[in-house]
Amino acid sequence: MSRRDARRVLGLPVCAALAAVLAAGILAGPRFGEFHGAYGRMLNAVAVPQRHATNVVTSIVFDVRGVDTMGEEFILFAAVVGVVLLLRDEREPAGSTRADDVRSDAIRMFGVVMVGPVLLVGLWLAAFGLVTPGGGFQGGIVIAAAIVLVYVSAGYRQWSRFGRERLLDPFEGLAAAAYVAVGLAALVAGEPFLRNLLGNGQTGTLVSGGSMSILNWAVAIEVAAANLVLYTEFLESYVVPHISER
Amino acid sequence: MSILAALVVAWVFGVGVYGAIVSRNLIHLAICLSVSQSATYILLLTVGYRHGAGAPIFKGVPLGSPAVDPVVQALTLTDVVVGVTITALILALALDVHRESGSVDPDEIAELQG
Repeated sequence: MSRRDARRVLGLPVCAALAAVLAAGILAGPRFGEFHGAYGRMLNAVAVPQRHATNVVTSIVFDVRGVDTMGEEFILFAAVVGVVLLLRDEREPAGSTRADDVRSDAIRMFGVVMVGPVLLVGLWLAAFGLVTPGGGFQGGIVIAAAIVLVYVSAGYRQWSRFGRERLLDPFEGLAAAAYVAVGLAALVAGEPFLRNLLGNGQTGTLVSGGSMSILNWAVAIEVAAANLVLYTEFLESYVVPHISER
Repeated sequence: MSILAALVVAWVFGVGVYGAIVSRNLIHLAICLSVSQSATYILLLTVGYRHGAGAPIFKGVPLGSPAVDPVVQALTLTDVVVGVTITALILALALDVHRESGSVDPDEIAELQG
């Protein structure tokens, strides 16, 4: 019996156990469409009057679960550090042939045209994160996607203008630090960690949510920079050995 | 409807687990893990759904109108972020393994190492 067959046989009881747990969980959970979570109801009722944030999800992320989100931001940070440590200075030996020149005019044209709009959508998602659907995480990833379009449409040479770690690392580090700084500022003022010191602002505007909007932007920058560092690392271990050969 | 949502969750999760069991490629394995994890997003959103309710966003909607549970949506957001970072880390590890052993087939790697 080969290893692969052995894996299939060993997988059967695991799958059966997982199926049993999943079925039990779904059957014991609330009936579809009839969930009455006390916290969710309460937050839906108080987020706008108490926090002046019309997007309840974002106000949970940056206010009610603010400490959690800080941990989450550092999971992202730690993962990026891990990827950088694994890939940096251990480039693959050159010798394989890889072409990253963009040959299709349609793709090049589409990419160049879309960079601006995608960047704008990302900024808009982040800026109105406390008002309409969106938020720092979503906006940050779309901003990163806009820069990735530069690589898709123009190849590595143009990408390397943005995708330089020396340029991105400070953004990533400072954004993560900014989140903690907002939390510590409250401590210095004699308030609990991450307490909103700036007031709530005006509901439904760009300045609603007080220090939540600072946290929101810190996360947007952190997510965008972290993803760009990731792409840069993977691209460099993929493309650069080939380019240096020429 | 309730059965359909549960079936989608079970199907997406099952496809990912099956792929992970029979996988012959570490990159494929990482994708399978992401697929399995996607089932948790659907499960969380399904749990928080309420009949006749809108999104928990009250811009242009009168306060107090029925909305789905925002807590599970915030949890889904966390889930997505952690999922992406773990995938990146696994892919970097796969690259590293390929560099060391010249293969991305988990069985071959195991055989090479005895």
